[in-house]
Amino acid sequence: MRTFTYVRAADAAEAARAHGGRDGSRYLAGGTNLVDLMKQGVETPDTLVDITRLPLDTVAEEADGALRIGALVRNSDLAAHPAVRVRHPAVSEALLAGASGQLRNAATTGGNLLQRTRCVYFQDLSMPCNKREPGTGCAAREGVHRDHAVLGHSPACVATHPSDLAVALAAADAEVQTTGPAGERVIPVAEFHRLPGELPERDTVLEPGEIITAVRLPAPLDGTRSTYRKVRDRASYAFALVSVAAQLTQRGDGAAEQVRIAFGGLAPRPWRARRAETELTGQALTEERVTAALDAELAAAEPLRDNVFKIGLARDLARTVLLGLTRP
Amino acid sequence: MSAGVLGSLEAGHTSSLRLRVNGEWYELSLDNRVALLDVLREGLGLTGSKKGCDHGQCGACTVLVDGRRVNSCLLLAVALDGARVTTVEGLGEGDGLHPVQEAFLDRDAFQCGYCTPGQICSTVGVLEEAAQGYPSAATDPDHPAGEPVPLTGDEIRERLSGNLCRCGAYPNIVDAVRDLS
Amino acid sequence: MTDTTSELGTGVPRREGRDKVTGAARYAAEFAPPGRLYAWPVPAIVAAGSVRSVDAAAALALPGVVDVLTARNTAPRAPADDPTLNVLQDDDVPHRGWFVALVVAETLEAARAGAQAVRVHYDTRPHDVTLTRDHRERYVPEEANGGHPAVRERGDAPGAFDAAPIRVDAAYDVPPLHNHPMEPHAATASWEDGHLTVHDSSQGSTAVRAALAQIFGLAEDRITVTSAHVGGGFGSKGTPRPHVVLAALAARHTGRPVTLALPRRDLPAAVGHRAPTLHRVRLGADPDGILLSVEHTALTHTSRIKEFVEQAAVPARVMYGSPHSSTVHEVVPLDVASPSWMRAPGEAPGMYALESAMDELAERTGLDPVELRVLNDPADEPDSGRPFSSRHLVECLREGARRFGWEERDPRPGVRRDGPRLTGTGVAAATYPVLVSPCRATATALPGGDYLVRVNATDIGTGARTVLGQIAADALGAPGDRVRVEIGDSDLPPAPLAGGSSGTASWGWAVHEACATLAGRLAGDPELPPEGLTAEADTAEAVEAGSPYARHAFGAHFAEVSVDTDTGEVRVVRAYGHFAAGRILNARTARSQFLGGMVMGIGMALTEQSTLDPAFGGFAERDLAAYHVPVSADIPAPPAIEAGWLDEADPHLNPVGGKGIGEIGIVGMAAAVGNAAHHATGVRFRSLPLTPDKVRAALAGVV
Repeated sequence: MRTFTYVRAADAAEAARAHGGRDGSRYLAGGTNLVDLMKQGVETPDTLVDITRLPLDTVAEEADGALRIGALVRNSDLAAHPAVRVRHPAVSEALLAGASGQLRNAATTGGNLLQRTRCVYFQDLSMPCNKREPGTGCAAREGVHRDHAVLGHSPACVATHPSDLAVALAAADAEVQTTGPAGERVIPVAEFHRLPGELPERDTVLEPGEIITAVRLPAPLDGTRSTYRKVRDRASYAFALVSVAAQLTQRGDGAAEQVRIAFGGLAPRPWRARRAETELTGQALTEERVTAALDAELAAAEPLRDNVFKIGLARDLARTVLLGLTRP
Repeated sequence: MSAGVLGSLEAGHTSSLRLRVNGEWYELSLDNRVALLDVLREGLGLTGSKKGCDHGQCGACTVLVDGRRVNSCLLLAVALDGARVTTVEGLGEGDGLHPVQEAFLDRDAFQCGYCTPGQICSTVGVLEEAAQGYPSAATDPDHPAGEPVPLTGDEIRERLSGNLCRCGAYPNIVDAVRDLS
Repeated sequence: MTDTTSELGTGVPRREGRDKVTGAARYAAEFAPPGRLYAWPVPAIVAAGSVRSVDAAAALALPGVVDVLTARNTAPRAPADDPTLNVLQDDDVPHRGWFVALVVAETLEAARAGAQAVRVHYDTRPHDVTLTRDHRERYVPEEANGGHPAVRERGDAPGAFDAAPIRVDAAYDVPPLHNHPMEPHAATASWEDGHLTVHDSSQGSTAVRAALAQIFGLAEDRITVTSAHVGGGFGSKGTPRPHVVLAALAARHTGRPVTLALPRRDLPAAVGHRAPTLHRVRLGADPDGILLSVEHTALTHTSRIKEFVEQAAVPARVMYGSPHSSTVHEVVPLDVASPSWMRAPGEAPGMYALESAMDELAERTGLDPVELRVLNDPADEPDSGRPFSSRHLVECLREGARRFGWEERDPRPGVRRDGPRLTGTGVAAATYPVLVSPCRATATALPGGDYLVRVNATDIGTGARTVLGQIAADALGAPGDRVRVEIGDSDLPPAPLAGGSSGTASWGWAVHEACATLAGRLAGDPELPPEGLTAEADTAEAVEAGSPYARHAFGAHFAEVSVDTDTGEVRVVRAYGHFAAGRILNARTARSQFLGGMVMGIGMALTEQSTLDPAFGGFAERDLAAYHVPVSADIPAPPAIEAGWLDEADPHLNPVGGKGIGEIGIVGMAAAVGNAAHHATGVRFRSLPLTPDKVRAALAGVV
């Protein structure tokens, strides 16, 4: 880790000033990923702007029933929040499926969205990696890539985004609220992370110095049910091979009034299965129809040598999850 | 901390702060890079908190900061100015053992002992979290929010999964925590 | 001498337990001699080649960096017998991760930054890290690990197999596995007046002292190595490791004490691994399930600098009777880190293959898997013809089956379904040899009624301190709290390592002898001199006399698993192990060790694997996020997991009567889990670990 200047900011304006939009500046929140990467030399900031004392650590309910989640709300507090537990079980479940109790006590809502890929080549300075060091190549494409992307990747990068929370937020049509040099803006979670294309070093659409202030979680329609299910190599404390967040609202006749599906572990960002959603909206969710819709969604997948299993796993997982959400 | 190194660092790369560790306030001048775990182990000689991975992947460094269990290896000390830290050395009263320490002894809930301080601090945190109604992945989704969560075997296994034990003392750890709940 | 009831066998609590739960127990990196420096290694980042130059200028310019050690700027040392210890001796890079420089600094932060700033330039050569069944460099070595002959042939196994009415011919594979003890390998070294003192995280400091003496050209009495508390080893600390050489070197080079704790990411390449094994097992049997032939071939890899051959076909020489047998080891040298010992080397992967094949034979013959094993239980050791000193595998199978509830089992595979989940149960046998090494110990009667027992044993979490105290108290006829036990210091009477499940037998034998001798001298209640009365023991002669018996521990593992056919997730929902391991000296610590072995076996079955990167060399999974040691949620809560044992009195072992218990707990676990997964699904899984990708592929018939 290189030496750095530490600045503790009292508010967003002071934080932005200290950061200055410079390449060498980083905001420090929970630090569970940033400090890890600094120790490895993957992140080498010369200035660390501590934003943990900014007043962004509360969950507020808005008039329309939406929840405005401060960027610094800890993962464990958000997972336990009564309104989240009751109205957004997928969000709570996704948080609790991630990391460990200790890490959830430190990690924040905003930081969770900004965590970097766990691709082993990205984390190893001795390896080529276009995300870490543009132009050096992608070691994972022909290397050890069982955990890597089958959708949305590019020749430059096949990494996945590791967040569980982001997947559940994407399925809930949540929005990221930011403030930055260009003022405040609102970005749908599903569009917050970039596909790598030729610029894999840029994980998100945030501009330099821009800071997440909150995540807005809209109120679900009455009668909406949601859940999150994660498949991983061990029973806890591991990143997803594949995960799915699903949210379903049924009409009186049982047909789907609204269905939302997002996958984790498949792509460089939470993968909203919009094609499958469109095919299923207005339909009764039979096993055949769900399977067909998911197959259509996943037909675009381009697996690597050793991760073709993710496609069938994603389909079977999502099918079981969706059918499990339907009212008997 | 070596004063010599601090002096050779650029002025902006060091900081002064106060930490309350196991009830005692310390005034510290630190290299900004120092993690809380290294302050405890190398600076204050509190080597009970262990370094197993240094990257938040094993839980051996678990301590309580402002009452909550966290991985001390991933916390920059400089960001903790004013924080209250409790390590395994600070759990007992005088020569007496904390009930969690007693339970681990009673159940032989360790072998090599290296993950043990982290397991014990984590358990102290778990007991408080469960009492306050914090859910885990093992908690029934219909459990009323904020109500204390009973620590079943499944709850304990899930909640302590952030503390690796290579000796495989998990069964005895689960029994130790059951004894406490 | 007071007449007391012996504590031997009872669950005496660990002597150091209080120190461990309060954080007072100090491990190797936690000694802080004044002026101590911190070291950080620089691992090679090429798969094979040599160091052309080391540019340390940027590192040396950093605040706090004291020096950067390389092969070029350190004083020459003598080569060690173990080539993995010859670090910074020359420019050769035998594998990725080999240490090529060492940064020494005033603080950990400076040391780490220094290591990241060192630039090493390499000449590379082509490399190969991929083990394949038909690798052209494959050869049959003379010996496998442990001194076992690589090949043993009895009768005409291939001919008998061809003629057998029932045949199983199956290939199994086990990936590279890492020990990953929770305490990374660490040492604190200091030189004072020509005396080297090292606090080392080692399973045996007598051997560490010997290696340091050889490398640094010192008499052994000028070196002290302590290992008071060791945060696990599982074989990876069984031999001296490069970190202790580097710490001593850096301390000599700088003239100040130095601590080197290896970063977790550097362990996979630096401190050994369980080599991958590719197995082929062929069993021929008659329709009643009587074995006619047993063939086991195990192919593994080793490094270019050291031949280490995982002895995975050896247990097939012990387990089952058959008139024809062939057991063969083959090895391929690759540009990989040197493999080494990991809990139950040989037995763990070998019995996974053999016991999986036995399950396939049970299915083929329609026999219950427990009964098949009982049917083939031999009177004498099949390979040697020697009588067993004791063998109670059948009793373990029967009692284990009773406690597990095996008799209610429906043998049909694939019929217990609850939604996407299928459940099943499986069994596997376990064996581990009784090993013992020469050891010395002293016992002293002190004025005032206390006793002092001294032996350089190591307590890596096994409870050695406690058990040796029990053995001593028993031999002295004294209460345990009057017996002080000193271990973990090479200035004590020399002793073998804590490994091979041999520690208690080896140390306990010497302690027992010393205490028994002392008790004899105390018989007449003589006046004790101020320094006390001391008796010594050296078991070398008795141990080297050997035994006409085949001596092994046995056990039976049972598992129930749940397989999610949607996701491929396998969970162990119940596990039971029953063991026959001689006299159990401490019921409390023994149960912990048995259970711990079973937990590691569940990891081997379900979660643990490492991958050699074909393009770049080295292991891809280098941290505890990528290498999946099982977590608490992977292991059932008691009583769904339990271990038990039978009281086995074996007069042909040693005075303490134990067979060793550190490894047998892992041996049959992976096969029991795999066999249960077959019983659940009706599909055979022949490649560990059973991760969702592999399970789904097998369920789909794409293996």
